[in-house]
Amino acid sequence: MSLHTWSLFQAAEAIRHKEVSSTDLVEALLARMEKVEPRVQAFLHINTENALEQARLCDAGSTKGSLHGVPVAIKDILNVKDQPCTCASKILKGYIAPYDATTVVRLREAGAVLLGRTNMDEFAMGSSTENSAYQKTHNPWDLERIPGGSSGGSAAAVAADECLAALGTDTGGSIRQPAALCGCVGLKPTYGRVSRFGLVAFASSLDQIGPLTKNVLDAALLLGVLAGKDPLDSTTLPNAVPDYMKILEQGVKGLRLGLPREYFVKGMDPEVERLVRTAALDFQKQGAEIVEISLPHTPHAVAAYYVIATAEASANLARFDGVRYGYRANDPVDLLDMYGRTRAEGFGTEVKRRIVLGTYVLSSGYHDAYYLRAQKVRTLIRHDFEQAFQKCDAILTPTSPTPAFKIGEKTEDPLQMYLADIFTIAVNLAGICGISVPCGFVGNERKLPVGLQILGPSLGEETILRIAHAYEQATPWHKEKPGLL
Amino acid sequence: MRQGFENDLLMKQSMIDVTYVAQLARLKLTADEMARFQSQLSQILVYVEELGKLNVDGIEPTAHAAPQINIFRSDHEQPSLPVEQALHNAPRKQNDLFIVPKVVE
Repeated sequence: MSLHTWSLFQAAEAIRHKEVSSTDLVEALLARMEKVEPRVQAFLHINTENALEQARLCDAGSTKGSLHGVPVAIKDILNVKDQPCTCASKILKGYIAPYDATTVVRLREAGAVLLGRTNMDEFAMGSSTENSAYQKTHNPWDLERIPGGSSGGSAAAVAADECLAALGTDTGGSIRQPAALCGCVGLKPTYGRVSRFGLVAFASSLDQIGPLTKNVLDAALLLGVLAGKDPLDSTTLPNAVPDYMKILEQGVKGLRLGLPREYFVKGMDPEVERLVRTAALDFQKQGAEIVEISLPHTPHAVAAYYVIATAEASANLARFDGVRYGYRANDPVDLLDMYGRTRAEGFGTEVKRRIVLGTYVLSSGYHDAYYLRAQKVRTLIRHDFEQAFQKCDAILTPTSPTPAFKIGEKTEDPLQMYLADIFTIAVNLAGICGISVPCGFVGNERKLPVGLQILGPSLGEETILRIAHAYEQATPWHKEKPGLL
Repeated sequence: MRQGFENDLLMKQSMIDVTYVAQLARLKLTADEMARFQSQLSQILVYVEELGKLNVDGIEPTAHAAPQINIFRSDHEQPSLPVEQALHNAPRKQNDLFIVPKVVE
């Protein structure tokens, strides 16, 4: 039995029916990691002993919940008590989390086994996972290419069958874009749907935690575990959490799906455009109505995002000062010297670049011209979506303008790297939900996956999951595996 | 009026003073980093300037997409991190305190 290829739901059912044990599953995944991890390098820490111990307890104890005994990987930006949490940064090297994030508590309560911690762009800043201070993660479909980012380790680990599912975080596309580039499913929930307590903050008004999985059913299962009000995060929404798995089979008949004209732009890969338009035709065949819509402020989303996200980041990252935790520069002559050198030596280039940009747009004399103006443009982008959802139930777009690019291709040009997020960023600004599902492959020599992004209104997770599931059932893409031995 | 003022400001910028801003951000950048950031951030700011072309008169700013107002909880005492755990990750500590360079002469 190749247990590592199983889906989350399949494994949970098999454990419930005592067909396999949690220990069997964890051992199978550890064996898989031994084989492929040297080439993929998706994990920063693999908790071998601890995972086996958790599995043993699951096998000996009574069933806790819907994920009993099932191994899940965690992005290295979420606190897991007594485990390292580095955010792939040198400044948090050796840091041991003193408590569990709420999402981690919920996984534990559902019975999940925490397998290890996945690589990422430092502090979630990046679109290729190349900004990790520790290692480069390789795309399982083509090891010379990036896995996307910032949750690139989570996406690569799922795609390479090194875990059954993983948690990621999405501030401007960091779940959906790597999911698209690695050929898995990635869901960014509505802002406030999932608690951020215990998540190391990047941009607090944009960050959300969500699942990366092998199929849509697994994403629904995992979201059901993660979602809900949390007294420890006052931005969480009070709305009841529906049974996301229940409505999956309802199909798309009678739904109106919008194609925004601003998302089919010059410069995008023509093959990506072709695959997304083909997906729209597939939906039409299944009885959905395709309508053309407009999101007129789309061309301004990237600029507004990089003002707002860097401004919030510059404030959030002020806590890394070498006083209470993390790295401290050697032999500081005074406090200012300690701050300045600790941060200069501890942070990587992209993080420093964004802190400088964020500090600048908030600084005296420039705040109104940049930050306040970007917040107003954010309102226009929200209104765009509100109006669009009057005309359609969900929106179809490409997740990324291109498939995975080569490692090193964009590292010297930050603006080009920022434009990789052009189709995912507006969703975070508007606070709505989105999911990426595989919609085909491009390339001759090596097949590279392409993602279809399905956007829903605030708290529209049931709708987008239902649409994504209908698409998945009608297409073969999610069954394809990278040719890794 | 205000619109015009903001536009003027946007036109005049692009000359971000990285040395000054890095100091505000408590980052001791190397000369090489300063030079690279100076050109890269100027390029990014030119791109960001497109925001100045939009008419945002009368538009309210969005700080949060789904603001939750006045979230209260009952005022019950709850356990907090024990001192030992709170200090566990400190780079330097002594007598249950964080040790930092002298601040006051």
